[in-house]
Amino acid sequence: MPERILIHPMTRIEGHAKISIWVNDAGDVESAQFHVTDFRGFEKICEGRPLHEMPGLMARVCGICPVSHVVASSKAGDALLGVEVPPAAVKQRRIVNHAQVLQSHALSFFHLSSPDLLLGMDATVDKRNIFGVIERDAGFARRGIRLRQFGQKVIELVGGKRIHPGWSVPGGVQTAVTAVVRDEIAAWVPEALESMGIALDRMKSLIDSFREEIEHIGNFPSLFLGTVNDDGALEFYDGRIRISDSEGNTVADGLDPLRYHTYLGEASEEWSFMKFPYYKPLGYPGGKYRVGPLARLNVATSAGTPRADRELREFKHRAKGAVCQSFHYHLARLIEMLHAVERIEELVADPELLSEDVRTKAIPNRREGIGSCEAPRGTLFHHYFVDADGLIRKANLLIATSQNNLAMNQAVEQTAKHFVLPRQLREGMLNRVEAAIRCYDPCLSCSTHALGQMPLIIEIRRRSGELLDRVERG
Amino acid sequence: MSVKTLEIDGKMLTGVAGETIFSVAWNKGIRIPRLCHIGGISDVGACRLCLVEIEGQKKLQASCLTPVEEGMVVHTDTPKLRAHRRLIVELLFAERNHICSVCVMNGDCELQELATELGIDHVRVRYQFPSLPVDLTHERFGLDHNRCILCTRCIRVCDEVEGAHTWDMLGRGTNSRVISDLGEPWGASDSCTSCGKCVQVCPTGALFAKGKAVGEMRKDRTFLKYIVTAREKKQWIE
Repeated sequence: MPERILIHPMTRIEGHAKISIWVNDAGDVESAQFHVTDFRGFEKICEGRPLHEMPGLMARVCGICPVSHVVASSKAGDALLGVEVPPAAVKQRRIVNHAQVLQSHALSFFHLSSPDLLLGMDATVDKRNIFGVIERDAGFARRGIRLRQFGQKVIELVGGKRIHPGWSVPGGVQTAVTAVVRDEIAAWVPEALESMGIALDRMKSLIDSFREEIEHIGNFPSLFLGTVNDDGALEFYDGRIRISDSEGNTVADGLDPLRYHTYLGEASEEWSFMKFPYYKPLGYPGGKYRVGPLARLNVATSAGTPRADRELREFKHRAKGAVCQSFHYHLARLIEMLHAVERIEELVADPELLSEDVRTKAIPNRREGIGSCEAPRGTLFHHYFVDADGLIRKANLLIATSQNNLAMNQAVEQTAKHFVLPRQLREGMLNRVEAAIRCYDPCLSCSTHALGQMPLIIEIRRRSGELLDRVERG
Repeated sequence: MSVKTLEIDGKMLTGVAGETIFSVAWNKGIRIPRLCHIGGISDVGACRLCLVEIEGQKKLQASCLTPVEEGMVVHTDTPKLRAHRRLIVELLFAERNHICSVCVMNGDCELQELATELGIDHVRVRYQFPSLPVDLTHERFGLDHNRCILCTRCIRVCDEVEGAHTWDMLGRGTNSRVISDLGEPWGASDSCTSCGKCVQVCPTGALFAKGKAVGEMRKDRTFLKYIVTAREKKQWIE
C-alpha cells in the first residue's frame, strides 16, 4: 500500500508550504509534490483602486522583495500614463532594485541556506540555523548580516523606508537623491565588495564537499528565462527576455516583456495555490522553465561589471551547456550580489542621479499597462487594465517564484528519490528535500498572496490518505 | 454680551454667552478630540468624539453643540470618555475600509492621528469590509467611500462657504453615502465649482487630489479661517 511522507511546515523559506513524498508498496519513493497552502489574492484586492496608489499597495505584497513589486507596478503605471520617466528616476529605481537583490540574496544565502552549507545537511536541528552559523564563524555571519544591512540601508536612503518603500510612483519617483545620501551609499561599497569576495571564496571552497547534493538535488534539464540588455548582459530593470535550454542554446531572444502573455501560459493544479507558468510553444508541463539567479546567469552572455564578469566566466565553466544543478543557485546568488554592489557603485557615481527632475505627471492615457523587472527570485510581471478614470479593472501578477513551480516540484521529487529511505527515515534526509526548495529561495507570500509565517511540514501517508508519519517544524 | 464663568478640567475659564464648551476649551489650550468640527463652518455633532461630562448631568454632551453656562463644571478627559472615544474610533475603522498603510493620507490623516493618540493598536469589533466604490470621474479630485467617516465637513463647507451645495447625504445608518448633486458621478455634477474646499477640509483620505500616490496627499485646512475672516471683517488676515 503506497504511503505518504509529509514535511509540514517547511522551514527556512519565505511563506507557508508543505511537501508530500509518496512511497510505493516496495518502500521506494514514487513521487513528491511541493504544495503551497495559503492564498492572499492581491490581484483581487487591487480591483477598483486608483492606479496611482498601485505601487504603494503592491509594495505590501511582500516584506522581503517589496521593491520589485513597487518597480514593476510603477512601470505598469508609466505605461498607463504613456509617459517617459526622467533618467534620474530610472537610476533611483535601478539602485533600489539592485539593493533589494543584495539584501534578499543575503537573507537567502547567509540566514537561510548557510546553516546547511557551513554546518552540513546532517547537523542537528538546534544548530542548523543562523545562530549555529554565528557560533561556528561569527566573522562570516557578521559579514552576511552587514551585507543585508547595506542593501536595506540603500533602500531606506533612496526609497524612504527599509520595508514597503512607496517612493516610486507612476511617472517617476517622489523625491530627488541628495549628495549626502549618495556619499553615504558610496562609503559602504568597499566593505561590501570585500565581503562579497570572502563569501564567494568560501562558497567555492565548500562546493566540493557537496558533490552528491549537487548531482541529485534538482539537477535536470529545463529551459531558463531571464532579462538581458542590448549586449546580452545581466539586466534587472529594462531589457528583453531571453530563453535558453539546458545545452546552452538560445531558444528565443529579444522577446518583449510587455508581450509576456503571448509566450508564457499559466496552468493550475488542485493541490497547490501557486500557479504553474510554462513556455507556451512547448505546452504544459513540457514548457517547464526556471527563473532567478541560475537562469539569469545561464541566459546572460556577460555580467557587465568587471568582478562579476570574472566570476560569471568561472561559473559557466561548471557545465558544458547551461548549469542545470539547482544547488548552484547559491553560487549564482552570490555572483549577482557582487554584480549588484558593482552596479550600485556605478550608479551613485553618475552625476545625473542627483537631478531634481524625477517625475513626469500625466493623467491615464492608456487602458492597459504592463511593467516587468528582474526580482531577486526571477522575472516579475505586473499587468493592469484600467477604466477611463484610471481605476484598476483587472490585474494579473506573474510572480518569479511561481515560474519556478514546475522546477521546484521536479527538484523535490528527484531529491526525495535519491536521498529519502522511507524505511530508515532520518531528519537529515528530509532536510535535503527542504534544501532543494531553499535553492530556489521561494517567496510564497508573493507567489500566492498567502498569509502567514514560514513553516514547512513533511507527512507520510498511504494512498488512502491515512497518515503514517509526520515531521513538523516552524 | 454676558460673560459666563465655568470650570473645565479644573481650570476656571470664561466664555461669552452662546459660545460652546468646545470653543472655550480649545481657546484655552484644552484639546478635546473631534473629527466633524472644523472652525469656520457650523457644527452638527456627528462624530460624538467631543463628548464631555458635565457635573449634574447624567448624559454626556457634545461639547461642540453645548453652550457654556455660568458655574458649569466640565470634564473633558476621564476614563469613561476615553473608553467611549476609543470605541467610537474603533467603530469608524470597522465600518469601512481604512487601510492606513496604502492610503494617500497616511501620515497626515486626522482619523489616524486620533487613533494614535487614543492608543488604538487593534479593533475589538468585527470589520464590516463593505464593498464601496471610488469615484474618479472629476477632472481634479477623487472620492473614496471606503475612507469616508460621514463627518459631513464636505457637505457643510460646500453649502456654507462655497455656496454650491454640491454634496449631500443619501441613505441612513451604515448605508449612508455622501453624494454629489442627486447621486450623479462627481464629474457630471452641474453645481460643483471645482474649488476643492471639500477636499481640503476632509479629515481622511476620502476626498483627495487625483494623481496622488500612497502617503502623498497633504491638506491645508487653514484656508477656511482666511475666508471666514474675510467674509466677516472684509480683511484677508488670519
